[in-house]
Amino acid sequence: MDMTKGPASAGGENDALAPITTRYGVGPEDIRRAMEAALSRGGDYCDIYFQHTVSNVIGLEDDAVNRARTAIEMGVGVRVVKGDSTGYAFTEELTPEALKRAAATAAEIADGTASPIPNRFELKSGGRYYPADTGWADVAIAKKMGLLTDVNQRLKSQDKRIVKTTLSFADETTEIYVVNSDGVVRHDIQPMTRLVASCVAESGKDRETGSYNLASRDGWSFYTPERIERLSQEAVRRTLLMFEAMQPAGGEMPVVLGAGASGILLHEAIGHGMEADFNRKGTSTYSTRLGKPIAERFVNVVDDGTQTNARGAINVDDEGNESQKTLLVENGVLASYLHDRISAKHYGVKPTGSGRRESFRHVPMPRMRSTYMLPGPHKKDEIIKSVKKGIYCESFSNGQVNIGAGDFTFFVKTGYLIEDGKLTRPIKDTNLIGNGPDVLSKITMVADDLMIDEGGWTCGKNGQSVPVSQGMPTVKVSAITVGGKA
Amino acid sequence: MTTAAKNERNLIELADRSVEHLKKSGAKEAAVVIGRGRSVECEIREKKVEKLQESAAASLSVAVYADGRYSGHSTNDLRWEKVAKFLDDALALTKLLEPDPFRQLPDPKLYANRPTMDLGMADGNYGALETSTRKKTAREIEDAALAGGANIQSVTSFFSDGWGESFRVTSNGFRDREEYTSFSAGAEVTVRDGDKRPEDYWYVSARKLAGVTDPPALGKIAAERALSRVGAKKIPGGSMDILVENRAAGRLLGFFLGATTAGALQQKRSFLDGKLGKKVVSDKLTVTDDPLIAGALGSRRWDGEGISAKKMPVLEKGILKNYFVDTYYGRKLGIDPTTGGWSNLVIEPGAQSFDALVKSMKRGIVVTSFLGGNSNSLTGDFSTGIQGWLVENGERAFPVSEMNLSGNHNDFWDKLAAIGSDPWMYSSVRIPSLKFEGVSVSGA
Repeated sequence: MDMTKGPASAGGENDALAPITTRYGVGPEDIRRAMEAALSRGGDYCDIYFQHTVSNVIGLEDDAVNRARTAIEMGVGVRVVKGDSTGYAFTEELTPEALKRAAATAAEIADGTASPIPNRFELKSGGRYYPADTGWADVAIAKKMGLLTDVNQRLKSQDKRIVKTTLSFADETTEIYVVNSDGVVRHDIQPMTRLVASCVAESGKDRETGSYNLASRDGWSFYTPERIERLSQEAVRRTLLMFEAMQPAGGEMPVVLGAGASGILLHEAIGHGMEADFNRKGTSTYSTRLGKPIAERFVNVVDDGTQTNARGAINVDDEGNESQKTLLVENGVLASYLHDRISAKHYGVKPTGSGRRESFRHVPMPRMRSTYMLPGPHKKDEIIKSVKKGIYCESFSNGQVNIGAGDFTFFVKTGYLIEDGKLTRPIKDTNLIGNGPDVLSKITMVADDLMIDEGGWTCGKNGQSVPVSQGMPTVKVSAITVGGKA
Repeated sequence: MTTAAKNERNLIELADRSVEHLKKSGAKEAAVVIGRGRSVECEIREKKVEKLQESAAASLSVAVYADGRYSGHSTNDLRWEKVAKFLDDALALTKLLEPDPFRQLPDPKLYANRPTMDLGMADGNYGALETSTRKKTAREIEDAALAGGANIQSVTSFFSDGWGESFRVTSNGFRDREEYTSFSAGAEVTVRDGDKRPEDYWYVSARKLAGVTDPPALGKIAAERALSRVGAKKIPGGSMDILVENRAAGRLLGFFLGATTAGALQQKRSFLDGKLGKKVVSDKLTVTDDPLIAGALGSRRWDGEGISAKKMPVLEKGILKNYFVDTYYGRKLGIDPTTGGWSNLVIEPGAQSFDALVKSMKRGIVVTSFLGGNSNSLTGDFSTGIQGWLVENGERAFPVSEMNLSGNHNDFWDKLAAIGSDPWMYSSVRIPSLKFEGVSVSGA
């Protein structure tokens, strides 16, 4: 894939807008004219978002790498903001006329006289949180096929009971330019990759399934021998564990969340509720709690766009703001919301670099990046020992939250019963439900073993999906409702 | 020629040309789908337009069969020189994969006799809909919701609509076009309840604009439902009776039907493996896949592979009558394809109204929505969050939340005690309210 890096001269002018011409066929003057059209009715702000994405998936089923899917997506979105109101339009037809038409459509959110466009556009560099050794365009398909064949052999050779395996390998490269009416131009190249291994095992008349996956904003070098081995081992272990596992008896009980993917609790219990668009409208259960204590002093929660090669890392957000590490809960006190440009202006604060969008077809909103809890004062062993009767959660598939009522759920794929301070019988497939502020206040122990989950999580909000990460140290929640047999 | 007609001709020509190009370059078979559409979303909040978005999109996707190998690709860059390179790349990539003897286009006999009746999929007056009408409708909804009282924190009302057309051309003789429109309108309402902000929503969805009737009623119902959430609490769980409201019930059925696809069977991921012709749920349940209902949201004249659409029984008095079988997994299993995925699922209604079903409950929970949860289509285990309200002696007591429903599909559906007379019409799953007795609910 041809990538344009940095400013180049075009039209006899050293212009930050010039590199966009190469890919999108619209020159600096076309972009200026589009911005004029966007602000022709007096919008406060506008941005033009150029995106080009190439994605590739190959799959193994019944022992052959015999399927592939590729997709090319490109387009330009124009957003005009007036107060809290947003006008949006996009085009996939990359001509100066189509761009100007989209801009004129977005402009209609305002109804006054024209606002000026900046005299000068400056290309600003963002963070460099996902260095990749090679671009995905340079990785031959034979290499990826070889990886799947190798993983398949590792899965099948571990245990005779493994009767079916499916594997998928995905890579994606997105290039964006964000041009906004503050005169800022941002350029970013965003790699992404994910490998999913899934097994079905048969034992007598019983069958069970399990899976494991790896994901990162990275290139081929992400797939180290250690990771591949862990993926192969874990996919099989989690599948076979299911034969011994049962749905637990339901009810309210203490729950220990294992380090890593348990960060899903934070994502649902507090992350979404701290997105400032909900708070601006007063529709979040956290709307009235900023600056108030909400958890024990050893509870610190961050949402971080700056973790190297994390799936949720971003160099800049999709409105051109710097990425950052934002403290949501500091020493147990609710510290900051996650802001996009609209909510930051509403609250009179700086954006937190949380304005993300699924693609050029979508408006940016405050979104999470990588959400995790900082390490605490306790040890994993003492946490498990402290529980007489409860459950330990190890792996998860999905979660959801009602932002306003604060009720949230997360689905536990595998875990264990805790009886008299020890992990005993495996459990499977049960939903946990709690209320955000209530559960945060019931976090009574936090261990020192923070782990960021290496799997690929995708967050959905108002119909838009974005990649995220999450992490957690081992944590004890003193009571939460566990689904299960009556 | 009008612009629309010209675009239509251009797109079908692009589809034809793409199939020809692949065949000439050495593909054995190919299927090309080109879709194009536009949509408008209008949201009103605090009497102002919160968001107005207009979208116009087009894309081309292709399935390539070459050298006994298969792959699928899509692009939204429809300039011919770009498409030609895209097709060349797609073909080259296909040839690098491992062979798959089961991949081929459907038998062309299955394309024959596609229904010609008008399924009411498109509103001929779509182009005449003005943004002022969209805003006016959304404002009426908002006004009615705001009239719900001082306890209302926030109302976001919306009107959204779309038009689209899709062309499918295959190398073995399928060539057709479908046009569709959709309209939906409603509101999300959030209310104050101490520090909590409970919410609910209401909407309608239809193929034609005339289906969006009585906008103020949408706002009023959304507000009433949100206000009825105030004071929700969890109660002790146990083996309980539940009545799942029609709007929510589709999710339970969706969990169950995940195990009815040929892909799940062939991959040994279905608890319904070997159950064809056997009783798998209560004999009260009859479910039909019916693609031919005029105006219904899931209607179609052909399925995702071009197979001619027809009515198909899925469950008949509790007996599993058909799996959803596409060409590929059908060949792997050695069975004939039916259709790879459902269109409209029609659940045969019962005799009792929703209110009568509530009256018939001594003590139980009316489930108004599910929250999260999942279902294991291999074992049949499922577990999901619920909220709703408690019924005592046939009367509404108070709202409940933060509880879970768990079970296994192998016996859960035997506990189906009654089906309401109230199918939900704003989804392709036309399911009435469902009453179950003695299911596992956990709570405080």
